[in-house]
Amino acid sequence: MLRPLPLITALVLAGPVLFGVFGTILPAFGVGQPAGQGAPLAQVIAWPGLASALRLSVTTGVLSTVGALAIATLILAGWHGTASFRVIERLLSPLLAVPHAAAALGLAFLIAPSGWVLRVPALALGWDVPPDLLILQDPWGLSLTAGLIAKELPFLLLMMLASLPQTQAPACLRVAQSLGAGRVAGWLKAVFPSIYTQVRLPVMVVLVYGMTNVDVATILGPNTPPTLSVQVTRWMMDPDLALRATAAAGALVQMGAVIAVLFLWTWAERGAARLGRRWIWSGLGLPERLSRALGLTFAILSATAVLAGIAALAVWSLAARWQFPALLPEAPSLRAWTRFGPEMLSVAGDTLLIAGVATLVALILVIGCLEAEHRFGLTTGQRALWLLYLPLLIPQVAFLPGLQFLPVWAGAGPGLTLVILGHVIFVVPYVFLSLSGPFRAWDTRYAKVSAGLGASPDRTLWRLRLPMLLAPALTAAAVGVAVSVGQYLPTLLLGGGRVSTLATEAVALAAGGDRRAIGVWGLGQTLAALLPFAAALLLPALVYRNRRGLRHG
Amino acid sequence: MRLPLIAALTAFALPAIAGPDPTDWPAVEAEAQGQTVYWHAWGGSTTTNDFIAWIGDQAAAKGVTLEHVKLADTADAVGLVLTEKQAGKTEGGSVDLIWINGANFASMKDQDLLFGPFADALPNWQFVDVDGKTVTTDFTVPTDGFESPWAMAQVVFIYDSERVPAPPASAQALRDWILANPGRFTFPQPPDFLGTTFLKQMLIDMVDDPAVLQAPVGDTYADVTAPLWAFMDQITPALWRQGRAYPQTGPRQLQLMNDGEVDIAISFSPGEATAAIANYELPSTARTYVFDKGTLGNASFVAIPFNANAKAGAMVIADLLLSPQAQLRAQTPDILGYGTVLDMDKLPADARAGFDALDLGVATLSPAELGQALAEPHPSWADRLSADWVARYGVAN
Amino acid sequence: MDRGLRLQDVRLSKDATPLLALDAKIAPGDVLTLMGPSGSGKSTLLSYVMGDLPPAFAATGAVRLDGHDILTLPTDKRRISILYQDPLLFPHLDVATNLAFGLPRTVPRAKRRAMVDAALADVDLDGFGPRDPASLSGGQAARVALMRVLLAGPAAVLLDEPFSKLDANLRDRMRSLVFDRVRDAAIPALLVTHDEDDARAAGGQVIRL
Repeated sequence: MLRPLPLITALVLAGPVLFGVFGTILPAFGVGQPAGQGAPLAQVIAWPGLASALRLSVTTGVLSTVGALAIATLILAGWHGTASFRVIERLLSPLLAVPHAAAALGLAFLIAPSGWVLRVPALALGWDVPPDLLILQDPWGLSLTAGLIAKELPFLLLMMLASLPQTQAPACLRVAQSLGAGRVAGWLKAVFPSIYTQVRLPVMVVLVYGMTNVDVATILGPNTPPTLSVQVTRWMMDPDLALRATAAAGALVQMGAVIAVLFLWTWAERGAARLGRRWIWSGLGLPERLSRALGLTFAILSATAVLAGIAALAVWSLAARWQFPALLPEAPSLRAWTRFGPEMLSVAGDTLLIAGVATLVALILVIGCLEAEHRFGLTTGQRALWLLYLPLLIPQVAFLPGLQFLPVWAGAGPGLTLVILGHVIFVVPYVFLSLSGPFRAWDTRYAKVSAGLGASPDRTLWRLRLPMLLAPALTAAAVGVAVSVGQYLPTLLLGGGRVSTLATEAVALAAGGDRRAIGVWGLGQTLAALLPFAAALLLPALVYRNRRGLRHG
Repeated sequence: MRLPLIAALTAFALPAIAGPDPTDWPAVEAEAQGQTVYWHAWGGSTTTNDFIAWIGDQAAAKGVTLEHVKLADTADAVGLVLTEKQAGKTEGGSVDLIWINGANFASMKDQDLLFGPFADALPNWQFVDVDGKTVTTDFTVPTDGFESPWAMAQVVFIYDSERVPAPPASAQALRDWILANPGRFTFPQPPDFLGTTFLKQMLIDMVDDPAVLQAPVGDTYADVTAPLWAFMDQITPALWRQGRAYPQTGPRQLQLMNDGEVDIAISFSPGEATAAIANYELPSTARTYVFDKGTLGNASFVAIPFNANAKAGAMVIADLLLSPQAQLRAQTPDILGYGTVLDMDKLPADARAGFDALDLGVATLSPAELGQALAEPHPSWADRLSADWVARYGVAN
Repeated sequence: MDRGLRLQDVRLSKDATPLLALDAKIAPGDVLTLMGPSGSGKSTLLSYVMGDLPPAFAATGAVRLDGHDILTLPTDKRRISILYQDPLLFPHLDVATNLAFGLPRTVPRAKRRAMVDAALADVDLDGFGPRDPASLSGGQAARVALMRVLLAGPAAVLLDEPFSKLDANLRDRMRSLVFDRVRDAAIPALLVTHDEDDARAAGGQVIRL
């Protein structure tokens, strides 16, 4: 029952991805396409925007990853264990659940020349019209990079936090500091290498997402040309059906770029390690106060930006007429909520149903894998981990179009079941990411004590291990729900358009641009992802209110 | 795994034109009972979504359940039908009805992806203004009954009357205005259909003989479009954001107007400005106007895929959309503000009275002010113009 | 029948390197003390007896409990309990539920409660049943852990340095409590330690590795 679960999980994850990639490769080389179109790959290469689009994908992806990683590191190095850190942590954690599209839309309103930030000087200086500045959608993709950093920072920070217990961070830091290193420098020299080893795969997930995301890039990124993944999506959506093969070829180019960048990244890791060793030997320190201040400033800045963006969405959803340069609407109005609220709520129900089932399946698979690992010593090696991350490391545009054939081919017809299955593919890695640390950190001597008391492995699992891991299991479930709630492309493609979730509705509306509707749906999506997190925090505290031993576990 | 996939990708089964017989309407209505119709329609406009929901209520009275599948792009539905066809799924398809026109229709018709003909067999077809409005050709492509019209659209320009006292009513005047007011005009970025429409509108205003645009793009393309590209070269640096960024859709463009970022915007719906003012989406000083030489017009249609699961139900919906009540509702400014496809002279007196009594709203032009719409160029023009624009300006950075 | 725990020509090796060879017999109520430096295979031997030898190790030889070969049995069927240096009370269950955890399911409810109360009274912890394990002192927790093992009625007990984390004065009391109870219950016990005082207090045979 339990023994084949790791294999099944691997198949559930890798099977659809490989099928999808295969289904993308065939049309990219012209198989199954009407003849006489010319080679799709040649068409992609002939597209005049290719160089710029590729450059943009690479720079925004790499810059946002480096930025988010640097800020997360600076915060941890400079502030871990302090009161300020707890504030930052509390501020950033909910941002993890904010769907990318909602965060990007909020941010867009914030930083546009006619947005909230510039309305302050506009009011003060009496500007009649907003300045004609290219802040949003700048050709360098800087606002896109900033948006990605703000959104990925919480993820990396929480991942690094989760990996701290598996390192001897406090001890290493004490040793380093006793040798005269400053707090930040000491942390970077003594703790960072082992932390980075732990979060290497999540960092790569961020890198791939940064290079290939569609929703954030359409909203914050430039369009003349856009990033490659956005262009691929456009080809995919073009009325000219022949462009679908071009899209497949573009997706292949995208995948090649991702693989190349991942390769370069691992190469750069080695270079960075060498530089780091030289730095350690040099005995040089860091401007401690400046580094700490920088970390704190950037963390607070990105947290407030996303939160203020969400607040802007909320205000828009309640706004009557609201024009430049007013800071607030002329009058409040409930019209948007009465117009879109009831439908939003009913779609929210469906969304949470899908998320709930997908998360449940994912939890069963992940707990089964981890338990099999514990019972049979089936260790998930580094290679198996890569398999687990496959759905996150292969760009969605590269395998979802091909995966579209799966439902029709399997004769199942698109619909709810397939959407749930598709969500499972993306939910499992995050649930695994979130749960494996605490699960493995669980003291296995409890299991021996329990077995010595005559309890079967199943009884140990249900009566001891899972209850003791209630908090991390619920957090993993909340992560799973948040991931599912945020899925746009898989829902659209595998549901055949018939399955509406908050994500598909919100992105469809984002194309329209009615900020009030986006406000209602975006808030709904944010809440659908946030409330499970709140429940995951509250429930264990409530259940174990009299159990001190589990309070900080 | 390999063989079935290739089979799936290459199985081009012939569409089976099986299904209900449109000419036997009572049988169609009977078959439609209890069917669920999945209408794939662009979901980016909240007013349209509300209208479709209202149609759903009407359909329920006829025993048909209507589900609006909200698309970010109509091509999604086209792609879905194509995928199903490639996989050999010739019945029980997931799309029952598509809001469609122009290139998407041409593409589907060309690839035998549509059910029909059915349009002229609909009972309410008798009221349709077949002679006066372009409802039997779609961007010069004959509809042949494979799609049924439900709304008329015509290009208008929305301007903020407080900032622009005398709006420019020709391409040349617009150019002068843009150069005099840099950064205050933009258009949705082609290949967005509205952006492409802007290019066509400018072109048709400049060419000596608009008739060349009715034929497919030919050898004269470079000559015909030379003035347009000269025009674009002139205005682009003076556009909003110096032409380095564009709004991605029509509604986003309106939002820029509400944010005070631009003063003139293009729209494909004469009633959109009035509805937007009522929804707080435009300043109350927004008004519309058309070019002196007229503006482009076309119809919105609905079509039924060859493998639709609920063809009878889909026909009932198509017929409902043509009913005088639905058409009146669609034309009501603060509901939708779409032009009707019906001929007033063919309507019964009481139905006609409803249209006569309609107050089109502050920012909507009267039919007389709108004038006769200019016919859409052949779809190949749109393709070529938007591709060329993208090559010239869309990848400039 | 041959009562007690019998380790018959047990040989442990790590990555094919011989680590430890042992042949011993522990009579009911006796304590066999194994002493040796870290890495000498003491704790690994306990794992072998428990039935979850880490993958890097290999072992040969028989382990018999009251005459039966137990090596074919899964851990939870071997009736061998273990006490570690940490009490490892289950933090989410109250003290009483911790104690009742190893009671056979056939024991009726009322009797369970009586047995738990008696066990608590036995180690001067009357009324501690509803307490949160995290609220106990180190000595109290160690006593609960001992009683939890005894209530399960094991056929043998393994002691993995059970006193090493206790304060010096507590350690003496805990030693005599554990060894007394093991003797009273007539259970063979295998003690692993590197504290000479433990060996002395245990009183039985000592094997030095």
